[in-house]
Amino acid sequence: MSNTNKNLVLKGTELRQHYVVSQGFFKEDALVKAVDGISFELERGKTLAVVGESGCGKSTLGRMLTMIETPTSGELDYKGQNLLTLSKSEQMALRQRIQIIFQNPYGSLNPRKKIGDILEEPLVINTKLTKAERKQKALAIMSKVGLKTEHYDRYPHMFSGGQRQRIAIARGLMLDPNVIVADEPVSALDVSVQAQVLNLMMDLQEEFGLSYVFISHDLSVVEHIADEVMVMYLGKVVEQGPKEHIFANPKHPYTLALMSSTPQLSPDKRRKRIKLQGELPSPLNPPSGCAFHGRCSFANDRCKTETPLLRREGEQLIACHAVEEQRMDLEEALA
Amino acid sequence: MSLLQLENLSVTFGKFKAVNNISYKVEEGEVLGIVGESGSGKSVSSLSIMGLIDFPGKVEADKLSFNGQDLLNMPEKQRRKLTGSEIAMIFQDPMTSLNPCFTVGYQIIEALKTHQGGSKKELNARAVELLNQVGIPAPETRLSAYPHQLSGGMSQRVMIAMAIACNPKLLIADEPTTALDVTIQAQIIDLLIDLQRQKQMGLVLITHDLALVAEVAHRVIVMYAGQIVESGPAAEVFSTPKHPYTQALLKSLPESSVGQSRLDALSGVVPGVYDRPAGCLLSPRCPYATDLCRSTEPETQGTLDRQVKCHTPLDVEGRPAA
Repeated sequence: MSNTNKNLVLKGTELRQHYVVSQGFFKEDALVKAVDGISFELERGKTLAVVGESGCGKSTLGRMLTMIETPTSGELDYKGQNLLTLSKSEQMALRQRIQIIFQNPYGSLNPRKKIGDILEEPLVINTKLTKAERKQKALAIMSKVGLKTEHYDRYPHMFSGGQRQRIAIARGLMLDPNVIVADEPVSALDVSVQAQVLNLMMDLQEEFGLSYVFISHDLSVVEHIADEVMVMYLGKVVEQGPKEHIFANPKHPYTLALMSSTPQLSPDKRRKRIKLQGELPSPLNPPSGCAFHGRCSFANDRCKTETPLLRREGEQLIACHAVEEQRMDLEEALA
Repeated sequence: MSLLQLENLSVTFGKFKAVNNISYKVEEGEVLGIVGESGSGKSVSSLSIMGLIDFPGKVEADKLSFNGQDLLNMPEKQRRKLTGSEIAMIFQDPMTSLNPCFTVGYQIIEALKTHQGGSKKELNARAVELLNQVGIPAPETRLSAYPHQLSGGMSQRVMIAMAIACNPKLLIADEPTTALDVTIQAQIIDLLIDLQRQKQMGLVLITHDLALVAEVAHRVIVMYAGQIVESGPAAEVFSTPKHPYTQALLKSLPESSVGQSRLDALSGVVPGVYDRPAGCLLSPRCPYATDLCRSTEPETQGTLDRQVKCHTPLDVEGRPAA
């Protein structure tokens, strides 16, 4: 591998996930491009946030990174090894290093299993540790995430939402991963509990040098936790770059619209809304050209026919004709 | 005379007081925001206004009046007439609150037929007009659509159309945008506020999104474990909170800790049925709690315009009074 960056943990190149969808007996099968050509690099101890509306492919991306689904095409490198070309047993070993935390802690924990069993299951499957060793490890991780020893023998229904998410995080940590894909880890939680869980995630990141792929639709949370931000729309990246730049100087009309739609607590931070007409188009029948053109107030004929490619614009990567041609009047849009 | 007035309303399930002695009022044309964590009694209190609390739940109040009419002591039939026409409600999850077996048109017309009546043609025309009002494209064809054919945002628009069908004076919206994306949330909230201004409705907006309330509400009520801990004009409550709980909620928002590595989290969770503490219900989580807080429940201070339920309300600088 030509990679010289020692800190690089996970790298995706032109990842694609296409699904064939049956439309019924007499119709031809349709192709849904859930994720269509996404590239990123994730360094040790850093957080990559993936933002977008439901249906934009952010969860599919998370499932590809954890190898729950095999990408249709593209490369996925973990520390310089392409995960997709390895043998099954080699994959098994590396997959342990990438773990996932799901959105809904009420659905992701088996109600019939005790917390101890839930936490030890990954060890039973992937390691040869003895029962006593497994328990010791589970208890050690439980104390790390702020659970008490007596919780070991309890069932998931005895816990609150925040505690369940702690259990889910603990389960993700059991195999000493380097990368954690967190799929909307705090969106089911109240603000006060959300803050507790976010703090915990940041503490763990510091302690274990974890890298996060943080999938979320909440921009204020993303602004707090992310290093890199990737904004997705209908399977494609529309804007990507360091957090500071994206939040200080968003350029893509969709990013601007997302930011101006987020309610703000303090009156002086509020921007005039860029109103988005309509909803996310169906991925079964995506618009031609730029997928966003139907909802974009800067769209012209070129946007309707030609798909914009990701271009570097300062620190950011942006896929937009309007930005490229500099025919976007931001002052006017946000006035 | 206020549009809606509650005095010491309590809702009990067996021995558990889900809502405990709350008082507030809503004026005509006013947007009232109710915020709090899950389990703080926001939804139960609004369901009790709608008369939707079933046995074994029990609603008690010194006063529960709508537009001068006593809701608690009026005959069941008369109350039934009011709910759905003069007081309407929008629920949280639009995908599950529409009946999947009937078309959108049928469900809107059902509400109209029950409360206003009219010929089939008139009702149909009115339904089209309503869908138009809530911004659904091609309303004539949408009337025959089933809920599963609509997206979340569209379903919520249908719910709003049903709620405003009979020109209600009071609209209660229980987390109307929680299940929706931010861009759709912005559309729905704009729609609700537009309708509210047009029709001069009273709007009760229940949500856990503090920023949303800060943007649209005139007044705000903060609930905790079934009690109102603070209420007042929205701008004032959010800029100078008097109750430690309001302060803690605001602090735990990521936007309050910009530039800090850690968020100011409020430790612990809302007490449930079996672990309600003595004294002030917030005392185990409150950073300012004293022995007095742990033993005696605080009285509500101030008037309905600005009330706070705390022994040591915070001053302008956010510190507890000595």
